[in-house]
Amino acid sequence: MTWWLWIILGAVVIGAAAWAFRMAGQQATGNKPFFRDMPFGVAFGYVLAAVLLVFFVWFYFQPAELNGAPRASVMFFRWAMNFFLISAAAALAFKFLGSFVGTEGSRKLFRSMPLTASFGLLVILIYTVLAIFAGIIAPHGQEEIFAQANVVPGGNPAMGGNPDFPLGTDQIGRDIYSRLIYGAQNTVGIAFATTCLAFFLGGSLGFLAATLGGWLDQILSRLVDVLMAIPALIFALLLMTIASVWAPTLGIPLTVFMVLIIAVIDSTRVFRLARAVAMNIVVMDYIEAAKLRGEGLSYLIFREILPNATAPLLAEFGLRFCFVFLTIASLSFLGVGIQPPLADWGTMVRDLAQFINFAAFAPLVATAPLLAAGAIALLTVAVNFVVDWMLHKSSGLKE
Amino acid sequence: MTLIVVSLVIFIAVNALPGDFAQAVLGQGATDEAVAAIRKDLGLDQPYFYRYFTWLGGMLTGDLGVSFAQMNFASNMGGTQLKGVLEQIAPRFMNTMFLAGVTAAIAVPFAVILGVLAALYRNSVFDRATNITTLTSISSPEFFLAYILILFLAVLNPVFPSLSNIFEGMGFGERLEKTMLPALTLTLVVTAHMMRMTRAAIINLLASPYIEMARLKGISPMRVIVVHALPNALAPIINVIALNLAYLITGVVVVEVVFVYPGIGQLFVDSVKIRDIPVVQACCLIFAAAYILLNLTADVLSILSNPRLRHPK
Repeated sequence: MTWWLWIILGAVVIGAAAWAFRMAGQQATGNKPFFRDMPFGVAFGYVLAAVLLVFFVWFYFQPAELNGAPRASVMFFRWAMNFFLISAAAALAFKFLGSFVGTEGSRKLFRSMPLTASFGLLVILIYTVLAIFAGIIAPHGQEEIFAQANVVPGGNPAMGGNPDFPLGTDQIGRDIYSRLIYGAQNTVGIAFATTCLAFFLGGSLGFLAATLGGWLDQILSRLVDVLMAIPALIFALLLMTIASVWAPTLGIPLTVFMVLIIAVIDSTRVFRLARAVAMNIVVMDYIEAAKLRGEGLSYLIFREILPNATAPLLAEFGLRFCFVFLTIASLSFLGVGIQPPLADWGTMVRDLAQFINFAAFAPLVATAPLLAAGAIALLTVAVNFVVDWMLHKSSGLKE
Repeated sequence: MTLIVVSLVIFIAVNALPGDFAQAVLGQGATDEAVAAIRKDLGLDQPYFYRYFTWLGGMLTGDLGVSFAQMNFASNMGGTQLKGVLEQIAPRFMNTMFLAGVTAAIAVPFAVILGVLAALYRNSVFDRATNITTLTSISSPEFFLAYILILFLAVLNPVFPSLSNIFEGMGFGERLEKTMLPALTLTLVVTAHMMRMTRAAIINLLASPYIEMARLKGISPMRVIVVHALPNALAPIINVIALNLAYLITGVVVVEVVFVYPGIGQLFVDSVKIRDIPVVQACCLIFAAAYILLNLTADVLSILSNPRLRHPK
């Protein structure tokens, strides 16, 4: 129970400090409005933030080893902080670079961009490069099995590492670093293909339903209603189980089934959006004019509706990609997604998960599963940052 | 209505499995007679539409059928203790509801308070920090958040147990402690969306004339938001809360697997692996029903919270 007392005591001390801080501010600045109108809660927040900041800095410079034993929480905290600082610096550098290189338009874009968006763009760029050139960048093949299994990350022979495998090897001796890089190719590539397929399906059907209307619209919309009534992950799991039985008898890889299943499930969401957007466009005068001109269906869809529906669909593409990516990762994590020997982040997390329990006395070992899971998280976060910025910009939301 | 169509879809999907449970149980070397006998026992020799309607009828009367796996073992032992799917699902369903309840009890107040604070101090450092944090947590996969929490709250600082093995007859306090980590993970997943929606709904209202009026009266910003803006922003907030609770149902599967929580999601994944059709069907239908029900509740609540919709002209 003592820690409850400590928390209450801390709150009281911070509260007193906040009051003193506001008082001092009022005295020192001659009652400037900033301090005069400051509610007590805000002062409390400022002092709390300052205390946390000081604590973080103090914790960061704690010795990482105490009496020979590693202090895992300090090390993890230091890694997290280093990662945060490095990514912030990289984003800043990327933004700086972008605002001096490139065309007039792109330079202007970069200058007005928030730091999160430039971080997102940078991460997406790196992932794309990794995914395309995985075969060149990765030092080993994704299916290559080495004699040394369970090598500790870090590459320090004294700690049980090996400089050949900077992030160690897994239970059967595959290089984790190479598999992480190949994971970019497999996981991201498959997710991208699935999203494209879902957009092709949902988009074209949605446009058709909106343009033609009538019974086609009714049938498609009701069908989508039914499919959307089942939670996506549950439905995908159910269908994947069925597919996993079908796949060997038909001789088609399970991954193809997964792409199709997830594309169909996700295309229902795209259909809804595409239909709603197209519905608003179809009633415009220029569509009426085109119809009277005697233009065909394909001209109407590709030349009149599509160009006007690109902006919302593009934003949706980013978000949809995140969902598809997370669904695939979850399926792989549950063991029915991308199949070994293909390297995949979700499967890697599941395989390496038990190493987390060693974190207290061997922090390096525990990083392996977190790296794979972190790679997934990093990409979705990056895409979300960029989409958030795009939406913010296009909606003109200033406050 | 939707539920009936959904049940049909589930039934068709499940029965599209090539080879049935009888073959799966007996393995490759089974004789035709043995397979036929088991099929007859389980009613698999009946035509599809007959099976569908008996299943649906049983579903409506609360009889979810008998788990194939359980039945097989029981019939070998003399068939005295048949355990129905209902008995198998009921305790796990209660566990899942407990988890969802704990999550909602933490997440909803937390999200609304954060959203109100972010709207109050909009565009400040606090607002931006919460924005970035919530965006990060919403876009990370559930298992990443789960392992991060395990790392910090179970392994490095042993505050909560990392495995939530819940059994019957466990005291409430102990149960709560074991449920805490899964509940916290789910909280992180759903809070972000609710908080952002609360913030957006309140900020949307801040431009309206009556808020301006309240401000000009000299009311403190906190009171303006809580007393004047929040009641009008309630409809979208309730809507998004219900939607997120519906989302919890899918998130629960992954989180239950990570923490080995004996809930309905675990049961679903397990029976999907052994192709236990009655259990899979029942779980799927329960998930879908909960999903539809929550969406319906969202609509009803958002009408109830808006007087203009409650009293139509």
